[in-house]
Amino acid sequence: MKNAVGREIPDELLVDGREVYRGNNALDGKEYVKAGPKVRSFVKPQESKVLENIREAIVRCGLRDGMTVSFHHHFRDGDYIINKVMAEVAALGMRNITIAASSVGTAHDPVAKMIEDGVVTGLQTSGIRGGMGEAVSWGKLSTPAILRSHGGRVRAIESGEVHIDVAFIGAPTSDEYGNARGRGGKSDCGVLSYAMVDAKYADKVVVITDTLAPFPNFPPSIEAVDVDYVVVIDEIGNPKKIASQAARFSQDPRDLMMAESCARIMAATPWFRDGYSFQAGAGGPSLAVYRFLEPLMRERGITMQWAIGGITQPTVDLLNRGLLRCIVDAQDFDIGAVQSVHTHPAHYEISTSQYANPMNKGAFVNKLDFVVLGALEIDTGFNVNVVTGSDGILRGAPGGHPDAAAGAKCSIIVTPLVRGRIPTVCDRVVTVTTPGESVDVLVTDYGIAVNPRRPDLIDAMKEAKIRLSTVEELKDRAYSIVGAPDDIEFYDRVVAVVEARDGTLLDVVRQVKPYEL
Amino acid sequence: MKNDRRAEAKNRLRRTMMFVSAQQPGLMKDAWIYRPDSIIFDLEDAVAENQKDSARFSLYHILQAVDCGGVERIVRINGLDTPHWREDVRVSVAGGADGIRIAKCEKASDVQEVEAAVEAAEKEFSTEPGRTLLMAAIESPRGVLNASAICEASERLFGAAISGGDFRKCMQTRYYPDGVEMAAARGNLLLAARAAGVQCFDTVFTDLGDMEGFRAEVLMNKKMGFDGKSIINPRQIQPVHEIFTPAPEEIRQAEKIVRAIRENADKGIGVFTVDGKMLDIAFLPGAVRTLALARASGLYEGEL
Repeated sequence: MKNAVGREIPDELLVDGREVYRGNNALDGKEYVKAGPKVRSFVKPQESKVLENIREAIVRCGLRDGMTVSFHHHFRDGDYIINKVMAEVAALGMRNITIAASSVGTAHDPVAKMIEDGVVTGLQTSGIRGGMGEAVSWGKLSTPAILRSHGGRVRAIESGEVHIDVAFIGAPTSDEYGNARGRGGKSDCGVLSYAMVDAKYADKVVVITDTLAPFPNFPPSIEAVDVDYVVVIDEIGNPKKIASQAARFSQDPRDLMMAESCARIMAATPWFRDGYSFQAGAGGPSLAVYRFLEPLMRERGITMQWAIGGITQPTVDLLNRGLLRCIVDAQDFDIGAVQSVHTHPAHYEISTSQYANPMNKGAFVNKLDFVVLGALEIDTGFNVNVVTGSDGILRGAPGGHPDAAAGAKCSIIVTPLVRGRIPTVCDRVVTVTTPGESVDVLVTDYGIAVNPRRPDLIDAMKEAKIRLSTVEELKDRAYSIVGAPDDIEFYDRVVAVVEARDGTLLDVVRQVKPYEL
Repeated sequence: MKNDRRAEAKNRLRRTMMFVSAQQPGLMKDAWIYRPDSIIFDLEDAVAENQKDSARFSLYHILQAVDCGGVERIVRINGLDTPHWREDVRVSVAGGADGIRIAKCEKASDVQEVEAAVEAAEKEFSTEPGRTLLMAAIESPRGVLNASAICEASERLFGAAISGGDFRKCMQTRYYPDGVEMAAARGNLLLAARAAGVQCFDTVFTDLGDMEGFRAEVLMNKKMGFDGKSIINPRQIQPVHEIFTPAPEEIRQAEKIVRAIRENADKGIGVFTVDGKMLDIAFLPGAVRTLALARASGLYEGEL
């Protein structure tokens, strides 16, 4: 069946209540029952939750073939937890395990082999890169991977669509009772927002730390009331890859030019007023937008009320300069952000449910005025792909992209017109990860296009004398530079499904045919 | 008609002339998107000696294939003391470059020699005769002393630029923030260019980390009367354009002057006063340039 973005969704996927995507707000008002985990009481006073090692935790949790385990990705490329846990799972001879992680990347390449060996047969994530992405794309996973946005992942957990049997939560510090924080220790990652929902909805919860803190380790991100076991290991991650040095503003003139355009576009809309809200991605041009917003805000005498998303030094700088009133933080990308969330009274940790779950009645993304995001590809229908490369291989992360784009009053995609020999603006993206309905403005180095669905924005741009192109003109320009790409060839087999944030099916990723000369 | 077109081309606005190495097609293809007034595709110093052929090849295809959105396309050819320059000229003309920058120009005959090669190339490739303009880069004391003759050497010549790197070496000095080491060269070239009625451009500022120093130098250029500056990075475009942007009062005054001169010319009056100041036709070019600068900066949308 064709969905609202024109993608053919195979009928065999439309089972167990699954529907095709029918538009951003089609499921508004849908009633659902929140899931409840099956928990084990912990009554005996003074009994310790601390176990010898990860293997003992796996055994004590009763993990067995066919179950689902969850992980979070606050340690980013420096994460050791997934590999360590999965190595023990494999060593115990388990099979048919589903990994429900908030994201997986190159740090988890060793798990790709487990996909081939049948240890892992299910994968549900909001980002997939590296060896895992290739293994899935080449059809090694026996069931289609499920790709969800950050908000979509939380929605699926809270509604019971995903049931986590055991959640493994890496924590920079924890006390022996399981009060865990993103703060301190050797692997300080700032916040534990993704893991909060796992702790509340998983049947069993294991906190893994390399720094045991005195009881009570307060205030905790993960409360001991939800934790079954605590395991202390030597290292939970590589600090250098968890939080990088302060993100530096790009010096690339192309990034700066596009960032300046984004700021001018924002300033041309009615929402650029005192108390506005903003989210920027962590890419070069998105981050650089802060540099151009600051003088515009000073000129107009306005301040930003709140900023969300992956937090970086430029966001923190704005807070410290009094131009931003508060930061609500679901992930930290650099040391500046990590330090700020621990020290600044107006820098708050929130759960990913608060951040982006579209069905929880209070997602921050739905109150956004502006978001500036990147794209691997964008097509003439403004549909964005952030997950498959130009070769059709899974190597990206929808993350909060579809959530923030859908929620914001003005969502801006910023991307160069071509990358190397690949046109970024194209006729039809390989995979739709953010529907065109959610995208308002496209900023490229060759010109700006506004989605025709937004005549109000077109008028505002004209009023501000911002020169506009059509998205078709930009596509033609891209093709005139690098040529029209040949279609990628796929087998029929679906290797991954892409859910819209409400859980309906937005697109499918099929197995790539090897390229032959 | 043809001469009008050439006069228009010769006098176009050139606040920023941005160098881009012809050895890097990826950069050449995108140079125009930053909206400098002119791009200088460099076949000379930025291209390794054993890469001259491939750079010319890339340059030709960029000139032919890329629509630079109206941004002027100049080619800096190799010096006349090299075996490369004649082929550089052929490729530039064949590709359809708007102009050629003559490196290390020392005397009027250098301009004339290049002009002859350009004429031959225009004939060879059936390009409109006279279409390819010239500019001279003055890089030595001899060039500075001969600046007047150089600036008057050809009808195709639209301007001259001082090139600081080689000049400072010749003068056994180096860069100083106050520009004292270049004062004589800048002043002399400006006098020569103005006397010949051609444009004049200042040298590049190479320290990309020192934007304050760059802005100070551009401000000095504007005060001295330069038409624009040679630049090496897109980051330098905006500061130059900002500094060369006329103030609102200057724009209003220029508009008044152009209107008054036209109205009085219709009435047959040559000399008159505006706001108590005496004006005549000699004030027209300056006022027109002010309006052109204002228009390029998006501050003026009038008809004048």
